[in-house]
Amino acid sequence: MLAYLNEFRTSKAAGYYLRAIEKVAPEHQVTLMEICGGHTLTLVKYGLKALLPEQIRLISGPGCPVCVTAQEYIDTALELCKLPDVIITSFGDMLRVPGSYSSLSGEKARGADVRVCLSSLDAVEIARRHTDKQVVFLGIGFETTAPTVAYAVKTAHRENLTNFSVLSALKTIPSAMHALMQSGETDIQGFICPGHVSTITGTSMYEQIVKQYAMPCVVCGFEPTDMLCTIAMIMAQLKQGAARVENQYKRSVKLKGNTKALEIMEEVFEEQDSTWRGLGVIPRSGLKIRDSYKLFDAAKRFSLTLPQAKENPACICGAVMRGIKIPSDCALFAKKCTPDSPVGACMVSGEGICGIYYKYSQH
Amino acid sequence: MSKDIITLAHGNGGLLTHTLIEQVFAAAFANPILDLQGDSALIGLESGAAVFTTDSFVIKPLFFPGGDIGKLAVAGTVNDLAVAGAVPRYLSASFIIEEGLPINELKTIVASMQRTARQAGVVIVAGDTKVVEKGGADKLFITTSGIGTRIHETQEFTPANMRAGDCVLLSGTIGDHAIAVLSARGEYPLKINIQSDCACLNDLTCKLLRAVPAESIRIMRDPTRGGLATTLNEFAKGGRYAIEIEESEIPCKQEVQAVCELTGFDPLYLANEGKLVLVCASEHSSTLLEIMRAHPLAKAAACIGRITDNSFKKVVLKTTVGGTRIVDMLAGEMLPRIC
Repeated sequence: MLAYLNEFRTSKAAGYYLRAIEKVAPEHQVTLMEICGGHTLTLVKYGLKALLPEQIRLISGPGCPVCVTAQEYIDTALELCKLPDVIITSFGDMLRVPGSYSSLSGEKARGADVRVCLSSLDAVEIARRHTDKQVVFLGIGFETTAPTVAYAVKTAHRENLTNFSVLSALKTIPSAMHALMQSGETDIQGFICPGHVSTITGTSMYEQIVKQYAMPCVVCGFEPTDMLCTIAMIMAQLKQGAARVENQYKRSVKLKGNTKALEIMEEVFEEQDSTWRGLGVIPRSGLKIRDSYKLFDAAKRFSLTLPQAKENPACICGAVMRGIKIPSDCALFAKKCTPDSPVGACMVSGEGICGIYYKYSQH
Repeated sequence: MSKDIITLAHGNGGLLTHTLIEQVFAAAFANPILDLQGDSALIGLESGAAVFTTDSFVIKPLFFPGGDIGKLAVAGTVNDLAVAGAVPRYLSASFIIEEGLPINELKTIVASMQRTARQAGVVIVAGDTKVVEKGGADKLFITTSGIGTRIHETQEFTPANMRAGDCVLLSGTIGDHAIAVLSARGEYPLKINIQSDCACLNDLTCKLLRAVPAESIRIMRDPTRGGLATTLNEFAKGGRYAIEIEESEIPCKQEVQAVCELTGFDPLYLANEGKLVLVCASEHSSTLLEIMRAHPLAKAAACIGRITDNSFKKVVLKTTVGGTRIVDMLAGEMLPRIC
């Protein structure tokens, strides 16, 4: 596996694509947005930005699952974990995201039963072992994680595990791309489209974006040379005055995606309006559990009254995820807000823009 | 011993405590100093200043591929003395035991400590045992303290010794210990065949120190918790220059890299328990590398970077694709990625 991966990380391969970029790079400034936090991580971790021609600017988008999860959702999870006989199960990143008045890791230290899972199926296993407890899985993320969460719900349904439920804040990527374009705030000339999401969805969902906004969309892998190759492909489109969907990540992404995963998502979830941190409510951008599986919907199982959500007014995570600010524009960045003591969600996750800049760049 | 698990009675100072000490600790660690069983050990040191350190060891699980908490407790303190340029001489060991620990497990751990100490040439001369009730500790905590005598009596190893052009040498692959322990915990559904690198470094450090003139090894450290990145940051912050390292030169086993690919962990921040990183004058780097590569604990040793003449006191990594980035201290926890 590693020999295969290392091919994508050599200076020889990088040099080849950098020369290709040079050949097609425009003289004026061009801004591309990488939607996915994983791409931001590759760019910064491999020091790619400094290797690119100056006129090519890359900005990060709203593709970090933890970062876009709304404050109200964190607050709901915080209320749930305080209920007796409830075990909260979650991806690790969620634990340190600050809610309005606490975080899951804070509540865990105070005695709440909060457990980190690598997969939603780990949460199902916890439900099997603790039939006297209610096990709630915090279902966040995009089309990448949604099929696995759907599979967990189906498994619980099949096994009649009535103590398992999912609090869904799952979201879909294309709706966020439309919202960004329609806001008119974000001045970009091309999208570097998420490879893992597209592995599930396929590439046709970007056709509408290309059509509506005449915007090149190239699906990209996560290795440094994948990114350089994608940038070269977008630059070539811009030079030709073209806008089309292209797939750089062919070794993983197929035109129709993963049909099995799409089917299971469709069976368990339906679209709903969803609140995104920084982007507000985006119509039909979320996934809620269908009525046929409502027994496993934590939002229906527990009725909670939540205090008014509040965020630190100085935090600019929202603007950072819309691509109109960068982390160093924030007065809190690397001062009050650090990975050890995060104020905003973008500082927490391994794919969070602020966290990545804090870890790998000078501040 | 009549019972097969540790009970609170083993810690009450009475008959069972004495039986435990006699049959487990004194039996394993037997040596003329400890055998006197005084309240303090009487040790002899040659002239000059002694080096003194202490460390506590808590690890889950107690046994992992390549080691156990006992081996770790001896090697950890021995290594702290070794990287201070000392020959480790005497150790003390304190045990906080949770009731319910099988006595056989304790015996195995104590035997492992004795074996490790003997191999390192140190003597365990003092100790203590406490038993706490169930839930008061996690099976077993061990604290060891150690005293050593320096090889070059006046030499102090501080980052301020580093000069522009000096070389950074690393004794072998990084992250083995962290991944071995993670795999032993069973938290990752991966079949990984990786052993912890847990080992005493004092034989290696002694050979290195004796091979080159005093002062030519500027500083040594064993990059444990926080990994290589943290150690190098400590060097950079305490020194006057930037440290530039080459990603492609840093040894890392394929299995460790594979786990890191899957989880999103960064091997630079993973714990090691038997690795040495040192900064030396460039003219002695090839001699030191040769000695390292001839030693069983440092066959994969490499020169991974240099001290630059840049007064920017940071660690800069040249990536495999030719870019550069900062390697900072570990901030927050390393968590597995979501997607």
